[in-house]
Order: sequence, then structure tokens, then C-alpha cells
Amino acid sequence: MKPKIFPQQKQLIPLFCGIITIAGLLLSSCNSHSSGGQGAISAQEAAQQVYVAPGQYDEFYAFMSGGYNGQVSVYGLPSGRLFKIIPVFSQNPENGYGYSEETKPLLMTSYGFIPWDDAHHPELSQTDGIPDGRWLFINANNTPRVARIDLKTFETVETIEIPNSAGNHSSPFVTENTEYVVAGTRFSVPIPQKDVPIASYKQNFGGVLSFIKVAPSGDMDLAFQVMMPGFDYDLAHAGKGKSKDWVFFTCYNSEEAHTLLEVNASQRDKDFVAAINWKKAEEYVQQGKYHEFPGTYYDNRFDTSTQTAHSYVHQGVKVLIPSECPGLVYFIPAPKSPHGVDVDPSGNYIVANGKLSADLSVFSFDKIQQAIQQKQFDGEVNGIPVLKFDAVLAGIVKSGGLGPLHTEFDDKGNAYTTFFISSEVVKWKLGTWQVEDRQPTFYSPGHLMIPGGDSRKPWGKYLVALNKITKDRYLPTGPELCQSAQLFDISGDKMKLLLDFPTVGEPHYAQAIPASILMPRSDKIYQLASNHNPYVTRTEKDAKVVRKGKRVDVYMTEIRSHFVPDNIEGIYLGDTVYFHVTNLEQDWDAAHGFAVEGNRENAELLLMPGQTKTLKWVPVRVGVFPFYCTDFCSALHQEMQGYVRVSSPNDNVALTWSTGKE
Amino acid sequence: MKTKSNRTASWLMLGAVLSSVLIYFFPLWKITLYAPQYPQGIRMYIWINKITGDDAYTLQNINILNHYVGMKDIDPHAVPELYYFPYALAGIIFLGVIAWLIKKRWTYLSWAILYALSGAIAIYDFYLWEYDYGHHLDPKAPIKVPGMAYQPPLIGTKHLLNFTAISLPEWAAVFMLVSVVLGFAAYWCCRSSSDKQLAHHHPNILTSSSQSRVLSHH
Repeated sequence: MKPKIFPQQKQLIPLFCGIITIAGLLLSSCNSHSSGGQGAISAQEAAQQVYVAPGQYDEFYAFMSGGYNGQVSVYGLPSGRLFKIIPVFSQNPENGYGYSEETKPLLMTSYGFIPWDDAHHPELSQTDGIPDGRWLFINANNTPRVARIDLKTFETVETIEIPNSAGNHSSPFVTENTEYVVAGTRFSVPIPQKDVPIASYKQNFGGVLSFIKVAPSGDMDLAFQVMMPGFDYDLAHAGKGKSKDWVFFTCYNSEEAHTLLEVNASQRDKDFVAAINWKKAEEYVQQGKYHEFPGTYYDNRFDTSTQTAHSYVHQGVKVLIPSECPGLVYFIPAPKSPHGVDVDPSGNYIVANGKLSADLSVFSFDKIQQAIQQKQFDGEVNGIPVLKFDAVLAGIVKSGGLGPLHTEFDDKGNAYTTFFISSEVVKWKLGTWQVEDRQPTFYSPGHLMIPGGDSRKPWGKYLVALNKITKDRYLPTGPELCQSAQLFDISGDKMKLLLDFPTVGEPHYAQAIPASILMPRSDKIYQLASNHNPYVTRTEKDAKVVRKGKRVDVYMTEIRSHFVPDNIEGIYLGDTVYFHVTNLEQDWDAAHGFAVEGNRENAELLLMPGQTKTLKWVPVRVGVFPFYCTDFCSALHQEMQGYVRVSSPNDNVALTWSTGKE
Repeated sequence: MKTKSNRTASWLMLGAVLSSVLIYFFPLWKITLYAPQYPQGIRMYIWINKITGDDAYTLQNINILNHYVGMKDIDPHAVPELYYFPYALAGIIFLGVIAWLIKKRWTYLSWAILYALSGAIAIYDFYLWEYDYGHHLDPKAPIKVPGMAYQPPLIGTKHLLNFTAISLPEWAAVFMLVSVVLGFAAYWCCRSSSDKQLAHHHPNILTSSSQSRVLSHH
């Protein structure tokens, strides 16, 4: 009996496999190159590579976008240890960002105060195409904004709103010397905004690509926008080396659908990579060939001298129309709704990751230049010449995977691409376009990141895959699970999976830089002598309480382990009290906090040494309310407390303040 | 009548004076404090005319730590020695120059003795300040440990609660010591040459070495 059954079973196995594979593909989580494989190393070996002994430092700083928590998280590599969360587009009760009067303006927009956003792509500033450790930029996707973080303090120091844009997704990518930060719209909208039928999309909708000028000081200004057809501009990267004058944007929905895009924007075989010559754009702007478009937008700058952010409101944008500006924009046909567009370290190869495809199209900058010169065009769209696909194609990577999203590069001529659907990272060789290695990820990677992997100088030791789905990878935490990062060693021929670690929010893109560049730049304290906050209290003798009508300003100091003043009387119901608290400490890591009971609108303050911050407090009850230091600052931290007395307006209590008066 | 030894003594004395001048440019003493929270240590430098630290805020930071046990603030303005020690040193340097010009053994000797005594007094004064800071504690201090004093060591290492205090001379102290030693050396040289002059008139008391030198001289 048995010999008869076995052959039948053998025939069934391929059939089952086929069914399972197809089912898996449809579920978008199939992994045909399942775990293990050639890259597998022993747990012990992996542990040794990621183990950073107590007291030792990591080799790299990694900056991961917080996704829908609107922040940036700072990790160490290879350990995967979390160091800090930098609030950017979201209020952060932990340190009072967006709650203190000094930081509230950073969240101001033309819509008003918006304390949340969806932050996708961190981008380090560059000099000569190499990350230089000055600033980190990050985009707000929902209410279009770009922020700048100062990497001396790891604090957000500027946010600029992008008018005429919607879904600021292809953002914020920098040119080779951080001349510009680009910000392309994901959603096309009426420009300027107006009340029109959605069905009039093709007539009324457009997409702008914005160029934000970055001054040597870091200050950002919206220089100009390029008016593009009403497509969805998905991602971008600037050229480098020979292609440094260009920026490349991918787009999908060249069908210009406005409903059920999952079907309607996936009909055409090819969408586009838009190549924009920003040097040419500068010339056209200088020649005055722009249109003034209306548009109100906020530029919020944190002044490091006063440690206070101010909002500057701007009106109007310079807009370039490609049909009027020959040589400004070219379209390169790219198969299957391209997502990421990535430029190799030499600046010659531009990789378009067609997310509904199995293959990658790689274009050559040299061929693009040649095709432009020889006018090898395949028609045009809205006056934008479309280059002949075959004329600019350098090669096709036959990957065998499905759903390529993003590519980064090492320093040995290799490229690494994430495949969302087949859930893997594929390593391939530039020039030969041959696949060298592939490793599964767990599961469904979006971006991947190699330190410096989108620059002219990749530090090609590690690769981090940023996974959207974790399912069974960690202890379950109810229906909501963490996202995760996976660290690979890419120093050898085969990629080796070293470590999984959970991430905060949904990290989309990430950037990393050697600690040796950033560590020496990091500030230890804010110099009290350079603190020019208008409400600073430099010494305990200067502490005071000032009443102006119903507004009371408390000029307060904190130092281990007391407040001056710590007894305040003469506050009345109906007053608005501003606690301007200065941390007098000048010692590294000597932080103090400040919180007062019954504070309805705001959180606490967390003050680094030498900082002044202001907390607004509107008392709602008569009584005596404690305030205290929230940061365990010292051995007598618990004693670091005080009282503020709130009286009825009918009473007569003199305004007094003191510390140490019995 | 100049001899080779006299010239040597003169050079040694000049070296002593110049070495003393260097005292203005370097710290005399260094006190390093280590604690679990200060793994890199906090360093305080005592100069002839000032007290400094690793940075502009070191004294403030040390004072914050010290106030828990009731130690007084270290305030350089409250230490009058820092005002008059530079002048005292200038006086000693001035006398050194005089001694150098006179070029007599007694001038070298008196100068070296004066200098050595002054140095000893300065070190004793430093000890008294350390004693004062370590023993005169605020009775209302938050942390009171019965029988505990916080006097740092003059030279060496001492454990004071969570702190390890290391006190050691710095470059300026070395220069001071060198000055004194060179002063005595000048005196020593001068004495040798006096011996020589003496020997010239009284050959009987010659040592064998100076005899050979004298002989070769002829």
C-alpha cells in the first residue's frame, strides 16, 4: 500500500506549493526565500557584533522618522539602543515641546496651531554630497511642512510651511551642498486652492515641487516652486557629482485619477521620473520668468539666542511653469508606479523602484544628457519633454522579488533594494545588474538605510531594513504592534541578519552618520551668559513676580535643590500666570523640571542647564497649590517644591514672593 | 675675579629667577574629585592669583555639590592670599635679581632660605584654607554626618563620602621647587669657588679634586 501513496504525495507537493505561493503573494506577506539561507550566522556571532558593552559607545547615530508620532527617534548602531526622541511636528509632554510658550510657535501654520503631523523622511545636511552633521531635516506629510533640527542640541529649530502643496511626501531631500531642500507634493490639488468639483481634477488640479533655500546659518526660505501636471509626486533624491545640478522625483497616478486610485492609478504601464535642473530653475527665477502665485505660509524660527521661536508669515510664491522654461524639466518613463528614486554614489545611476513590478529600471545620467542633446523625445506632457525610455536606460535588474520600494548603496559598487511584497532585501551589482544576494525581512520593509547610503560616501558596514509589519516577531501587545528595524551586516559578500529592534511610531526613512562626526559637536549645556530670553532670571537675586493687570509674570530660578521664589502669594482667580523658569545650572545633565497642579492646557517644562522656558497657568480654584521639580535632579529632589496661593478677587492679599523666609 | 664656578653659580641663580617667573603662567596645585556621577572627574586648579576649573562653571558646580554637606562656597574673591601672593612672588623675584647681580654666596643662600620658608608658609596657608573649608560647616546643612570633616588632602588621595579627592602639585609648584633648588645650588657652587680661592692661599687644605683642577689651571 505504502509505495503507492508516496508517489501521489510527491505530485501534490508542487501543487500545494504553487497554491500557497499565489495565496502568499495576494496576502502581500509571502516570503518565498524563507528564513535562514546563506546569510544566517549563529546567534552568538550576531550578538557579539551588536553588543556594545556597558559604558561603550555605538559606532553610528541613526535618526529614524517617527511616522505618525511626528517625531524623530535617535538610535545607536549597531546596538539598536534608543537615546532620544526629538519632538518636531507633535507636542511632547515629556519635555514640554509645543506646550512651553517658547516652542508653541514652531507648530504654527496658516491653518493655526497644529500639534501633530506625519513625519516620513529624515535627511542629514550634506557638504560635497557627504553628511556633515550640521542639521537634520524632516518633512510633515499631512500639513505640508519641513523642519530643521540642530544637531548640536538635537532640538527642532525651524519649521517652514509649504503652500500649494498637499501631502508633502517627496521631501525633504537635499542637494549636494545643502543649497536646497526639496519638497514635492504627493497629492495634486487646485492651485491656488479653490472650491471646484473633484471631478474637474484634470482641468483644475496641479502638483508643485518646492525648492527651499538653506542659508549658511541653516535658515530656510521658500525660493520657488515648479508647477507640474496633476500627478502624485512620491519620492525624490538630488543628484551628486556630475548630476549635482539635478533633482529627481518619482510620480504615480499619471492617469490623473481622483477616485479609487488603487485601481485607477495603476492602469498605465509607465509613470515618470521627473528630472529637474535646479541650476536652470535658479537662472529662470533670476531672469524673472516666474509667476507670483498667492499662498500664505508660516516660517517658524527658533532663535538660539533668546531660546524662543517666532512665527513669520509670508505671502506669495514664485512659480515656474515648465512649458515656459525650456530645459527645466524632463520626464523619464519609469515602469509601474515608481516609488523610491535613488542615485548611486557616483551620481550616474538613477534607480527607479517600480512598486508594482518585479524589476528595477536603472537610468544613466550620461545617457539622459545625451538624449536631451539629441532630442530623443517620446512626445511631451504639458510642455515637458518625455525622454525615450530605451535611450536613457542603463540596465534592468531582474530581481525575482516583488514590490521594489527603495534602494541604497554601499561603498563597493553594490546596491540594496527592499521588496515590500516579497519581504526581502536584495543585493545587486551596479553595472552588471546581477543579483548577488537576498535576505528575508520580517516583514514587509519600506525604506532601508545604510549610513551615508544615499550620499557620495556610504559607510557600507550596516544596513537597516525598516519593516512595517512585525506580527510574530515580538511579545504581543494587544492588537497594536510595534514596527521594527532589522540590522544587517553588509561588510561581506552575503548580508547577515544581526538584530531586530522595535521602533517608535512608524519609521519610514532613516539616516545615520558616524558618531565620530556628531559626538564632538554635541552641546553639553546652554550658556547662561548667552541666554537672552526676555524672561531670563540670571541670579536668584533677580527672581521676582510682576503683575500687569490680570497677567502675572513669575521670574523663577531653579538650582539644586530649590526654587526662587518657592512661596508666592497674591495671585487671584481670573489671573493668567506665566512661570518663566530659568535653570541656573551649568553642569552637564543637571536638568530640572517644573510642573504646577491643575494646569489644564499645558504640560510640564523640562529645562536643560542655562535654559529659560515659560509655562502658562490659569488657576481655576481658590487654594494653595504646589509646584515641584519633575526631573529627579539631585539627592534632595523631593524637597524641590514650592506653593502658590490663589485667592478670591474679593480678598486682599498682597503680592509677595520669597524663598527661605520663615 | 671671575672663576668658572662663579659663572656657573650665576647661571644657576638666573635659572632660579626665570623658573620663578614661570609660576605666574601655570597652576600650583590641582584637586581632582571623582564621584559616580563624575566619572571623568572635576578638576580645580589653584594658581598664584586665582582658582579655576575645567571650565568657567567648575567652581559653581563644586559649590553646588559642597552645599549639601554645608561647606562654604569656594569664592576666589574671599581668599586675600590670591591678591597678595603675586606681589610676594614678585618681591622674591626682585630679591633674586638683586642676589644675582651681587653674585655673593650669602645672597644666594639667604634668597634660597627666604624662598623655601615662603613656600613652606604658602603650603601651610593652603592647608589652613583646606582645613577651614573642610571643618567649618553650616549647622543647617541638609546632609550631616556626625564626626565627618571634608578637608581634602594636601598631597595624596582621600575618600570623602561619595567623592575621591586627589590633591597634587602642578607645574608652578615644580617651578617653585626648581627655583629653590637652583638657589641652593648656586650657593653650593659659590661655596666651591670660595673653597678654590681659599685653596689658592692655603694649599694644605685642598681636596684632591680641587687640587688637580688648580694644577691644570696653572
